[in-house]
Amino acid sequence: MPQRHWEDFSPGSVSEFGPRLVTRDEIVEFAAAFDPQPMHLDEAAARASMLGSLAASGWHSCCLLMRMISDGFLAQSHFLGAPGVDQVRWLRPLRPGESIRVRATVLETRASRSRPRLGFVKFLFELLDASGAVLMTLTVSPMFARRDTTSAAGDGLSG
Amino acid sequence: MRFFEDMRVGDRAEIGCHTFTTEEIKSFAQRFDPQPFHLDEAAGAQSLFGALSASGWHTACMWMRLAVEYRRREDDERRARGEPVAALGVSPGFRELRWLSPVYPGDTITYATEILELRPSASRPGWGIVTSRNTGTNQRGEPVLSFMSTAFVERKVPPQAERS
Repeated sequence: MPQRHWEDFSPGSVSEFGPRLVTRDEIVEFAAAFDPQPMHLDEAAARASMLGSLAASGWHSCCLLMRMISDGFLAQSHFLGAPGVDQVRWLRPLRPGESIRVRATVLETRASRSRPRLGFVKFLFELLDASGAVLMTLTVSPMFARRDTTSAAGDGLSG
Repeated sequence: MRFFEDMRVGDRAEIGCHTFTTEEIKSFAQRFDPQPFHLDEAAGAQSLFGALSASGWHTACMWMRLAVEYRRREDDERRARGEPVAALGVSPGFRELRWLSPVYPGDTITYATEILELRPSASRPGWGIVTSRNTGTNQRGEPVLSFMSTAFVERKVPPQAERS
């Protein structure tokens, strides 16, 4: 499969990645390491919380999405990282046993002004459950190498 | 956790620090962010980051862990003084997350949180919504992480009780 460059992403294009089954064990393991709030670790505590029953840390959802898009297309792209994330909205809890998918929509593409060798692609990523309900949205503008310049990327971080 | 009414805009706390090791950087990246520049020294050296660096999600997730531990210490102290502890609700999300500088193996990041805005929840009467700016700074004083998060925090006096 040819490696994708910045020029290969077009606004309006939509793709889907997954499915991936999320287990109770991985939800609890992630929470123990990074978000040890009782509502992500323990069923009784979760029932007493706003969540109503055990659900994954929102940060776990972000990390699962990152992994799914890495396997889905970043590994086959000249992906150079991202300077940040515009917005994440946790809309519905991610429960154990859910089968999740990611829908990726290209919102816009923009060449870097300061670094002609790369460009930004703004994505809306939606994390979906098996019924198609949106659990989380994540808007982010990762950087990709532009065509014919892939060998020279090490020219600093900013802008 | 303090109650919503006890919080003030501008309240700032250093919640803790964490030193990132090569081993945990690679282990996190392998599971969640398997980019060559987070997994391999040579690929890191050729990347925009100049050397092997931590996944930005790893840097952000450590903020969350330290924030939970900080609140737990705060709750323990309140209970020891015989004071009630407020419940923390869910978070609707975050925005404007910036990875300002790479985090390299051996870097020690000090995390902080500062209250930007406080407003009662319109949809959930017993709760207030707190907006915070959260940051991470390395041992050279350079900012590495910044984001704005929102979370529900329990109110001491629900509005109905106030009126009656």
